[in-house]
Amino acid sequence: MKKNQSNHGLAMTLLKGRTFIVLIVLLIFFSFAAPNFFSQNTMLLIAKHVALYGILAIGMTYVIITGGIDLSVGAVVGLAGMVAGGLINKGLTLPMFGVTLYFDVPLIVLITIVVGALVGWLNGIVITRFNVAPFIATLGMMYVARGLAMLHSNGATYSNIVGKPALGNTGYDFFGSNIMGIPVGAIILVIIAVITAILLKFTPFGWHVFAIGGNEKAAKLSGIKVNQVKIMVYILSGVCAAIVGIINSAQLVAAHPASGESWEMNAIAAAVLGGTSMAGGIGGIGGTIVGAFVIGVINDGMVMCGVSEFWQMVIKGLVIVFAVVIDQFQRNLQAKMALQARGEEKETAASNPGGNLA
Amino acid sequence: MDNQEVCLRAEHICKIYPGTKALDDVSFQVLRGKVNVLIGENGAGKSTLMKIIAGIEQPSSGKLYMDDQELSFRDTTEARAHGIGIIHQELSLFPNLNIYQNIFMSREKTKHHIRLDNAQHAELTEKVLQRLEHPIPPETLVGNLRVGQQQIIEIARNLIQDDLKILIMDEPTSSLSAQEVQILFKIMRELTAAGISIVYISHRLEEILQIGDHVTILRDGKYVADEEVANITVPWIVKRMVGEEKGYAHRERNVDWSEVPTVLEVRDITLPKSGGGYLLDHVGFQVKKGEILGIYGLLGAGRTELFECIMGLHPEHTGQVLLDGEEIKVDSVAGQIHRGFALVPEDRQREGLVQTLNIAKNISLSSLKACTKGIFLDKKTEDEQVERQIKDIHIKVADKRLPILSLSGGNQQKVVIGKGILTDPKILLMDEPSRGIDVGAKAEVFDIINQYAEQGLTILVISSELKEILAIADRIIVLSNGKKTAELAGDEITEDNLVMASYQGHHLQASGT
Repeated sequence: MKKNQSNHGLAMTLLKGRTFIVLIVLLIFFSFAAPNFFSQNTMLLIAKHVALYGILAIGMTYVIITGGIDLSVGAVVGLAGMVAGGLINKGLTLPMFGVTLYFDVPLIVLITIVVGALVGWLNGIVITRFNVAPFIATLGMMYVARGLAMLHSNGATYSNIVGKPALGNTGYDFFGSNIMGIPVGAIILVIIAVITAILLKFTPFGWHVFAIGGNEKAAKLSGIKVNQVKIMVYILSGVCAAIVGIINSAQLVAAHPASGESWEMNAIAAAVLGGTSMAGGIGGIGGTIVGAFVIGVINDGMVMCGVSEFWQMVIKGLVIVFAVVIDQFQRNLQAKMALQARGEEKETAASNPGGNLA
Repeated sequence: MDNQEVCLRAEHICKIYPGTKALDDVSFQVLRGKVNVLIGENGAGKSTLMKIIAGIEQPSSGKLYMDDQELSFRDTTEARAHGIGIIHQELSLFPNLNIYQNIFMSREKTKHHIRLDNAQHAELTEKVLQRLEHPIPPETLVGNLRVGQQQIIEIARNLIQDDLKILIMDEPTSSLSAQEVQILFKIMRELTAAGISIVYISHRLEEILQIGDHVTILRDGKYVADEEVANITVPWIVKRMVGEEKGYAHRERNVDWSEVPTVLEVRDITLPKSGGGYLLDHVGFQVKKGEILGIYGLLGAGRTELFECIMGLHPEHTGQVLLDGEEIKVDSVAGQIHRGFALVPEDRQREGLVQTLNIAKNISLSSLKACTKGIFLDKKTEDEQVERQIKDIHIKVADKRLPILSLSGGNQQKVVIGKGILTDPKILLMDEPSRGIDVGAKAEVFDIINQYAEQGLTILVISSELKEILAIADRIIVLSNGKKTAELAGDEITEDNLVMASYQGHHLQASGT
C-alpha cells in the first residue's frame, strides 16, 4: 500500500505538469523534424503568435472559471483592429460639424479598449440580467461584432495603418515591433499575465471568481455580488480581445475585418490544455500560458515541417481531446488519493480511541 | 418567561409561494443565550421561517424585531451585518476551494484593501478549528473532506464573525457521527454561555431534549405550541407535530395475504453515500401480488433512493432483488421496465414529463415499441392505446394532441401514471404521487391506485403525508436514515407509530458506534 501510494505521488506530479511536459516534448520533436526550428526567426514568430492566443486565453480562463464561455472574442479581435485602423486611416468624421478628427495613438488604443470593454459589458448584462446562457449570448455577440467589423469598411481592409506625421498619429506600428529582439506583443502578454495572475490568486475578486464557478448558489448566499463579478469577467475578456486586435493589426500593419476568425477556439483550447475545467471553479493563468505555447508550437511547428493545413487541424483536435481525457484521469486519481488518505485517518482514529473526543 | 430576554421577535409572518402558503401567521421568539428549537414534519415551514430570519427570503407579510427595533433584510449580507448567521441544511461550501478560502469568502482580510492576507486567514482558521477541536490544516481542499468535517467548516464560517448574536442551525447533525455531535453540543453550550442565541432545527427528538432549552412546534405552516424543554417529553412533541385532523377514510380489504404469492422480494439493499455512511443500509422487504405497500419516512430517509435502486439507476448498490422468487440482475432502467417494473417519479416536471411533446406522445412514450409495424410507428395501435388509457384513468382532455402543460397538475400526474401502466407492469413504483395536486385530484389518484391493485397490480407508494399513506396502504414500512425501522400492518398502522419509527434511525446512529 505504501509503495502504491508513492507511485500515485509520482504519477500525480507527472500529471500535474503534463502540459509542460507536452510542450518540452513538442519542442524536442520539432527541433529534429524541422531543421530551422531553433532559429531566432522561428522563435520570434512563435512568440508573436503565442502573444495573441495567450492574451485571448487569459480572458477566456477567467470566464471559464466562473462557469461561462465567451465565443465573441475572435470577432472582437477583428472589430478592434477595424476600429483602430479606421481611426488612423480615416479619422472620426463628425458630419454635423463637418470636421474629421484624427487622434493620437494612445487615445486610439484607449478608444479601442473601451470598445472591447463595452462588448464584454453587453455580454455580461445579457447573461446576468436577462438570464441568457453564456454560450448563446456570446454566440450572438460573435455575429454582431463580426458584422460591425465588416460594416466598418464594407468588408475592405485598412492597409498600411502607420498614420501620417502631419496628422500626428504615427507610432501604431510600435505594437507590432520588437524591443531588444523581443516582440512587444510578447511583452504585453507577460505584463497582462502577471497582473491577471495576481488578481486571480491574491485578491478577493479572484476568490469570488472561483467561488461562483464552484457553487454559484453558495456564492450568492455568502453575500458575493455574483452578477457584478460575472459582468467584470466578461469585460476583462472583451478588453483582452481588444488588446489582441490592436497587436494583431499592428503586427500586420493592416486591419482586416475577418481577422481573428475562430481564434476563440484557440483561446478555449489553450485554457483547457492549461488545466482549466469547463465545468468551472478550477483553473489558473500559468497553465493557460503554457497551453497557449503548446497551441502556438503545434501550429508553427507543423507549418515548418510542411504538414498540410488539413492534417494540422486533425492533430490539433486530437491534442485537445487527449488533454481533457488526461485531465479527467488526474481528477479521478486525486479523488482516489483523498479517499485513501481518509481511510488512513480513520485507521489512526481507531487505534487511538476517543483521541479527539470532547 | 419573565427572566428570559427576547433577542429577536418575528411577528405574524406569512410567506406565500405560488400555489402554497408556506407560513401562515407565524410568530416566533428567539431567547437570548438559549438553544431555541424548532420542530415540525416535512413541509411544516421550519426552513422557510429560518430563511426569512436570515434574509434569504422575504416575508409576504409580517415583521421582524430585534431588541425592539423593526428590521427587514433584503439579503444575507444585511442579516449578517445584524449578527445573524445561518448554517444551511444542504451544505453551501465551495468544494473547489480550500478551508480558509471557504471560511473567509466574502469577508476577506486584505492588506491595503487589495492584496489578500492569506497568512492571517490561515492563522485565524487554525485558531477557530482548534476551538472546534478539529485541527485540520487550513490549506486542505474542502472537496476532500468528509461530510462531517465539512459541517464543522460551516460552523467555523459563522464563528469567525465577531459580533455573532444569533446562529441558525438547520439540521446540523444530520450527517455527523455521534462523536462529532457531542463536540457540536459542547460548542453550542459555549456559544450560549457567551450570550449567543441559537435556533436549532433537528429531526432527532432525543437530541432536542438533550440540547434544547425552548421548543416551538410548527405544523402545515402554522404555529402549534411552544414550551420549555424541561416540561416536555417525546410523546408530547409527537402528538403536537401530528395534530388531530381528520384523515381520509381507510379502505378495508379483506384479503388473507398469507395465501397470496409474493411478487417482489428485496434483500439487504445497501447504497453507500459519497463521503461516508449509507443512503440505504441493508433494507429488505416482501410484497404480495395486488398489495399496496406504503413507504414512509422523512426527507432524506432513503425512500427515493430505494426506488432508484430497484429501477436500476444505481448500479453501485449491493443486495438482491427477487422477482417471482427468482433473483434478477438489476442493471438498467430499460431492462427493469422490460421485466415489468414501472416508476412514477417524484418530480413530475423534471423526471416525469417531456414538456415539448403533446399529451398522447407523453402517454405512449414508454411503450412505443409495442405499437410498431416493422420499423414504423403504427399510428392506429398507438392511438387506441392512448385512448384506452385516457378513458381508464379518467384524464380530462379536450384533445389528446394538446400540449402537456395545458393540463392541470392532477391530470399531468395521471398522464405520468398512465404512461407507467401502458408498459403493462407487474410492479408499479409511485414516488409521492399526490404531491402538488389538489384534493379532488388526489382522491382520483387514490382511486386509480386502488382500482389497479384490485386487478392484481402490485404497487409501492412513497408518501410524506401521514393521512394519505394511512388511507391507502395495506402495509407500511418506515425508513429512517437509510434503515428500515418498522414494518406495520393492520392495527399497528397509526400516526404515532409511523412518526416514532421515522425518527428511530437517527437515534440508533446517535447512540451507536
